[in-house]
Amino acid sequence: MEKVLTRNIGLAQKPTDLKAYEANGGYQGLRKAMAGMSPKDCQDVISDSNLRGRGGAGFPTGMKWSFVPSDDKCTPGHKYLVCNADEMEPGTFKDRLLMECDPHQLIEGMILAAYTIGADISYIFIRGEYLVAIQRLRDAVDECYAAGLLGENILGSGYKLDMYVHPSAGRYICGEETALINALEGKRANPRAKPPFPQVSGLWGRPTIVNNVETLCNIPHIIDRGADWFNGLGVGEDAGTKLFGVSGRVKNPGCWELPMGTPIREIIEEHAGGMQDGYQLKGFLPGGGSTDFLTADHLDLAMDYNVIGAAGSRMGTGTMIILDDRTCPVGMVLNLIRFFAHESCGFCTPCRDGLPWSRQVLQDIEEGRGEPEDLETLAYQVKYIGAIGNTHCALAPGAMEPLQSALKYFYDDFKQHISSGRCPYH
Amino acid sequence: MSKKEMIQSDIGSVLSAQEIAEIDAELAHIPYKSGAAIDALKIVQAKRGWVSDECLQGIAKYLEMSAEELEGVATFYNLIYRRPVGEKVILFCDSVSCWIGGCDDIKSKISNVLGVDYGETTADSSYTLLPVPCLGACDRAPVMMVGDDLVTHLDDKKITELFGSAANGSAK
Repeated sequence: MEKVLTRNIGLAQKPTDLKAYEANGGYQGLRKAMAGMSPKDCQDVISDSNLRGRGGAGFPTGMKWSFVPSDDKCTPGHKYLVCNADEMEPGTFKDRLLMECDPHQLIEGMILAAYTIGADISYIFIRGEYLVAIQRLRDAVDECYAAGLLGENILGSGYKLDMYVHPSAGRYICGEETALINALEGKRANPRAKPPFPQVSGLWGRPTIVNNVETLCNIPHIIDRGADWFNGLGVGEDAGTKLFGVSGRVKNPGCWELPMGTPIREIIEEHAGGMQDGYQLKGFLPGGGSTDFLTADHLDLAMDYNVIGAAGSRMGTGTMIILDDRTCPVGMVLNLIRFFAHESCGFCTPCRDGLPWSRQVLQDIEEGRGEPEDLETLAYQVKYIGAIGNTHCALAPGAMEPLQSALKYFYDDFKQHISSGRCPYH
Repeated sequence: MSKKEMIQSDIGSVLSAQEIAEIDAELAHIPYKSGAAIDALKIVQAKRGWVSDECLQGIAKYLEMSAEELEGVATFYNLIYRRPVGEKVILFCDSVSCWIGGCDDIKSKISNVLGVDYGETTADSSYTLLPVPCLGACDRAPVMMVGDDLVTHLDDKKITELFGSAANGSAK
């Protein structure tokens, strides 16, 4: 398979600087756009490519961009492009690779995205712990300003764009795009009510697009090589390639660029080398900590957004977490719910008070204090905390996904904890 | 002395000229002063390790916001420290992939060797131990950060190499 996003990324290879990036075809997409493509031309190519957001929700990128009002339909002022580089979803480790190893690919994608939507200021909102990526991105941005790829009159086109690398001060909720915008404005990162959507009223009340790192890294290649080429990369119903990852007790945990629609079995058994000796696969979260469990029965499904959705889960970030037969499913869900309870921004009640309640019930069950009616309580919590619309954002509903599917697939484990008064895995 | 000059000389007694210059550089591309709140907290913390009440009040005054509002911002973010921390902060990942990889035992070992639990600093101020959301290195779990360094594939041996062991008295 042709490597696209990771073509410059090799083991033990230094990250690409501007010279190396350009020598391998970098900034071709930008040169092509600046030489003869209008923002509308770029918008059409991205819409036709069927690129969907790689941050977890899978929203069509072209459609998202199309909601930004044109200059004649909004008051004069700035428009913003923000790269969401706040990778913090439990079990997700793909954007770190893209930023540490090929920073210019992201920057080229951002310049093209900003040009398409008419933005004149862009931010890379990156988690503060990614120190290596922060430094490499800053160096790369400096190289771009020096080479006329950022700043005034980019490549002689008359287009102007400034770019800032903005390290975050923490908190998982900043990955939610309206919370991220509040953090960029120097406020507490409580998500905002929608509408208005950021495309219309985002950063400082101005039109703003927030896109994930991996999404933006696709843009230069699509502009350079076209929508048909990109559509042809997937082996299932979705377009392009994707960074898929596996962690947990497999022989070779890691992250690989593969075609969209690659079967789960191939990812786990071939690329991750299958389970470690002495361990069996009991279940897995297909795309990070806030996706529903799937089981061995689902291994032959394709990693496509709608296929995984139809199976009752979400492709999320595409980085799977494996539950093995010697790890307690109740303990695993407890770990996840503890995380989400801790990371709640505290703004609305089902999340602030509901998640700690779930955590308490799960902890009681895991530590042998569970009662039979606790299972009804958990089902009640899933129903009311998990319902979209009961909360301000998707954090609490996302937290309920692994819990509701654990109750479905591992119900006997929960019952056994309660009937025997202890965790059978310890 | 004008009111503005008085406020600035007051702030100048708390914030250094370099800190104020760095905050001004952020303000250059931010439309409202309070928009630089998090940046300013980080700038001050970078120099001093943490944000004292005095500094918080100085920043609030400089950004023309109330100290209470800035405190609300400062305490929201886990990488802003409102208490003194050790020379190095240990950001320990206890999210799901590291948990599957046995991070609970590693954390007990660290607590045992250093004599601190989450939120505590060693007696000699070398280390502060804090939990952190998934560090995005799950293929190398369990992991943590010690100061600026990511440490991967944690096991007992690695913890002993880093921090010594409680038994031989070399714990810091």
